[in-house]
Amino acid sequence: MTISEVQDNIIEEFSLFDDWMDKYNLLIDIGKELPVIDPKYKVKDFLIEGCQSKVWLYPEFDGKLITFTADSDAIITRGIVALLIKVLSNRSPQEIISTDLYFIDKIGLRQNLSPTRSNGLLSMVRQMKLYAMAYNAKNS
Amino acid sequence: MKDIAEIRADFPILKRKVYGKPLVYFDNGATTQKPQCVIDTVDEVYESYNGNIHRGVHFLSDMSSEAYEKAREKVRSFINADKREEIVFTSGTTGSINGIAFSFGEQYIKPGDEIILSQLEHHANIVPWQMMCERKGAVLRVIPINDNGEIILEEYYKLLSSKTRLVSVTQASNALGTILPVKEIIAAAHHINVPVLIDGAQGVQHGIVDVKAMDCDFYVFSGHKIYGPNGIGILYGKEKWLSGLPPFQGGGDMVDKVTFEKTTYNELPFKFEAGTMNYPAAIGLASALDYVSDIGRENIASREKELLSYATSRLSAIEGVKIYGSSDMKISTISFHIKDIHQYDTGMILDKMGIAVRTGTHCAQPVMDHYGIEGTVRASLCFYNTKEEIDTLAEGIEKVKSMFA
Repeated sequence: MTISEVQDNIIEEFSLFDDWMDKYNLLIDIGKELPVIDPKYKVKDFLIEGCQSKVWLYPEFDGKLITFTADSDAIITRGIVALLIKVLSNRSPQEIISTDLYFIDKIGLRQNLSPTRSNGLLSMVRQMKLYAMAYNAKNS
Repeated sequence: MKDIAEIRADFPILKRKVYGKPLVYFDNGATTQKPQCVIDTVDEVYESYNGNIHRGVHFLSDMSSEAYEKAREKVRSFINADKREEIVFTSGTTGSINGIAFSFGEQYIKPGDEIILSQLEHHANIVPWQMMCERKGAVLRVIPINDNGEIILEEYYKLLSSKTRLVSVTQASNALGTILPVKEIIAAAHHINVPVLIDGAQGVQHGIVDVKAMDCDFYVFSGHKIYGPNGIGILYGKEKWLSGLPPFQGGGDMVDKVTFEKTTYNELPFKFEAGTMNYPAAIGLASALDYVSDIGRENIASREKELLSYATSRLSAIEGVKIYGSSDMKISTISFHIKDIHQYDTGMILDKMGIAVRTGTHCAQPVMDHYGIEGTVRASLCFYNTKEEIDTLAEGIEKVKSMFA
């Protein structure tokens, strides 16, 4: 699936629910599918700053694609990082850098599901793009 | 006293809905909502007599200067200070403490001197002192707390010494709600001639404050936490202290004569009011204090006591809910945690039910460190809240438990 197809699928999934509680329940379920970070990487180096809850994000690069694993101590945040990983994991650095994450606004994640200041949604996106930039620079 | 329906009708925002649900506003510790009279007063300043204070010779300037000085008098009588010269307008509690920490540091602090705080302090009553200590080579000493969230007075008495220069403690903990024994704290400090600053940010709105009876040397609070506008605060200081301290900001209005060689300062309280003050907010604050006096501060205190006791019994009856801070002496603030559920998750779901609470460390990380926790959910109630709203919170907590079980 392309990045756009994954984003469109997420948008469709969320559009099935009108009630915010149902959307949260979906987010909680998505969090359960999160590819969980190896506990040995749950250290300060992989902690994302700027969140009320703790989020650890670990990138792995095989020379072509970046895979992300993560975890959070809050369940809603785990759902949010799981969504981002669904879209951005297993992609090339170039793809990750250039992707427009339009699903965030479409499902109301920015406005309604996650006051960005407290859960660090933007910090997570920024961190994923920074890793991609670093690997991209290394490759070229 | 007005009944609860009449009181709530005074606050227009309480009628609104969020996400289609009636607003349950339990974040009064962060900021309180404003009654219509305060909103109208501030509007009126801009609509009919806005002019910069103390500067103009014209009609509007005169009118706003007079209203501003009347507001100062109102604050004086509200906290029962001796003189209007002892009431300085600032931007808020944080501004007041930063100002005193700077001026007091410049005037009196030498390397090795000590400032005593408590572990219950808001960061606003820690960081300014820390900055001053770094500048002056002084040391912070901290009164520890017990597991009920109360300061340990005996430990405080042990900290007092010939090195102590100032004690700065909160009247009530913003994170746990504990009311501190300020009278005892002040008496002990005065016994060795040490002045005391009381941070009234979480105290002034919950009952009668009488700075003369309390005998504190400085008392500070914010307008927006006592139903007044944002951007205005109070620094009360006994005249003997304020007159001996240098200004913490330079600029217009705080001066007597200015030449490039030397500037002499204006008299109290203007020495500490540099630049254009937020006079519309000061005038709005006076209106808020009138409102509070009309409701009656004893009435407010007794209503809030009743709400606190109802909320405490309602919440502690829910399995898995742990309340932090169990002192007998508390303002109407309840800090809690639901077993195995992150406070952020709780806050997010409550928000969608229309319930506004605060989550996290509440700018009081040392309190969280005492309990070894990352944060709590804080419901800070005030006299316009109702038992029905507390029931809604209890239902919300059950809903959170079912979602994250």
